[in-house]
Amino acid sequence: MRDITFEISENVPLTANVRRMRLYGDTADITRAGQFVNVRLDGFYLRRPISVCDAENGVLTLIYKCVGAGTERMSRMRTGERLNVLTGLGNGYDISLSGRRPLLLGGGVGVPPLYLLAKKLLAEGKDVSAVIGFNTAAEVFYEKEFASLGCSVTVTTADGSYGTKGFVTDALPEDATYFYACGPMPMLKAVYAKTDISGEFSLEERMGCGFGVCVGCTCKTVTGGKRICKDGPVFKKEELEWQI
Amino acid sequence: MADLSVELCGIKLDNPVIPASGTFGFGAEFAELYDINVLGTFSFKGTTRQPRFGNPTPRIAECPAGMLNSVGLQNPGVEHVIAEELPRMKTYFCKPVMANVSGFSVEDYAYTCALLDAQDQIGWIELNVSCPNVHGGGMSFGTDPEAAAGVVRAVKAITKKPIIVKLSPNVTDIVAVALACEKAGADGISLINTLLGMRIDLKTRRPVLANNTGGLSGPAVFPVALRMVWQVAHAVDIPVVGMGGVSSADDMIEMMLAGATAVEVGAANLVDPYACRDIINELPETMRKYKIEKLSDIIKGANSWEKTL
Repeated sequence: MRDITFEISENVPLTANVRRMRLYGDTADITRAGQFVNVRLDGFYLRRPISVCDAENGVLTLIYKCVGAGTERMSRMRTGERLNVLTGLGNGYDISLSGRRPLLLGGGVGVPPLYLLAKKLLAEGKDVSAVIGFNTAAEVFYEKEFASLGCSVTVTTADGSYGTKGFVTDALPEDATYFYACGPMPMLKAVYAKTDISGEFSLEERMGCGFGVCVGCTCKTVTGGKRICKDGPVFKKEELEWQI
Repeated sequence: MADLSVELCGIKLDNPVIPASGTFGFGAEFAELYDINVLGTFSFKGTTRQPRFGNPTPRIAECPAGMLNSVGLQNPGVEHVIAEELPRMKTYFCKPVMANVSGFSVEDYAYTCALLDAQDQIGWIELNVSCPNVHGGGMSFGTDPEAAAGVVRAVKAITKKPIIVKLSPNVTDIVAVALACEKAGADGISLINTLLGMRIDLKTRRPVLANNTGGLSGPAVFPVALRMVWQVAHAVDIPVVGMGGVSSADDMIEMMLAGATAVEVGAANLVDPYACRDIINELPETMRKYKIEKLSDIIKGANSWEKTL
């Protein structure tokens, strides 16, 4: 973890309430896909944890959904403004376990961290499939971006207005060797219930610090309470004991 | 050369800055960022007799100038702390540390304190009396002067290290609780613990915290904390450790003027992991600004106005 001040180079809408922010600064602390940064915003006491979509050559990409006053404030920030973040937080995904045909499962604003993961897996020569789910056609983002990396991409929408009708669990390929999932809890629990293969889940919780000291974001695992911010946010399927 | 040192219950501190329990873990995460031996000391994560998972999540909610938490004393239990955390702590912290202890019965407190009292690394024991008393209908020990005094008496009878009682501000008369603890043998008083509060999510119409209510900390509580430190410091003859919303060297000095011998810094560590290091670095310049040569000279140094009724 390091405390770094970045400079905003882009802050643009991808859909009605999802935006992409690009920032210049030192990204060296982000060593794995699935890590996050904790963003300090003027006028708000607590930082906002945001997953890393991409981090390369001193450019940090964050995709965030405007869900409250803090992210609303973030959406009004302009190119050239500075943003202080705690960077390199969390464990991230373990790409060594992927097998030959890893499957990425993303729901809504859970899609972004899978982008850096796809890049890392493709760089290892893996055959990567991504199934990304949204509520409706107007909320779809990053289909083309995943495709241009070289993934096979399937989009699902809950209302059937775009791609396959249903949820990501309605479009699971049969030959995947391992999965990496990020999205809302009902989606993660459906993935947990409907997959025979092993995989990893990225979890979310309201956080105080983001670096493991306030123990505000604890979750239950087979080996006891774990801090989502520090021991996670990524947990292996076998570590979780969800009642489905 | 500015003199930042103070003495707390017979132990010298290089400076009065003490990260507060629950905001600093056992120090390891901060030791990765800076040499935490620059601190006066720190108060480690509240420890109980048994390991505790704590409350359900969400446990954190934001507030104007502060935050609520309902962590519920998650900790690995005193045996684990002694077997694992204290030996590891030796590798990055070489000063006497403050052990923060919670319990749900007088026997719990006595058991945990007896084990920690035997540990050389520990300088002081800070008793958190804000927990519910399972034998007293779940009412917090800290809301009843007699119950608080009962804990202090039981712990004092079996320990040698200085006992500092951390008081709850959720009472009508905090001075009465402080005086009862002093009479029962407490070596010091620390205050304030968090103030009980809540937030409701307007979309779901449910409390944000899964525990419904939680403890408020951060700059929002500073004036309340300062007032209580002032009241208690002017009533007792034992040292007072002030805390509640302290985030800067100026806040430190204000707390000391109100009566604090040392000052704990809590929520600030969570939003800025360098907060305590920066406060220590700022103190000499801040002391120059207010013409303070020796920090210990200003303890309880604020002169009150005459009051007319």
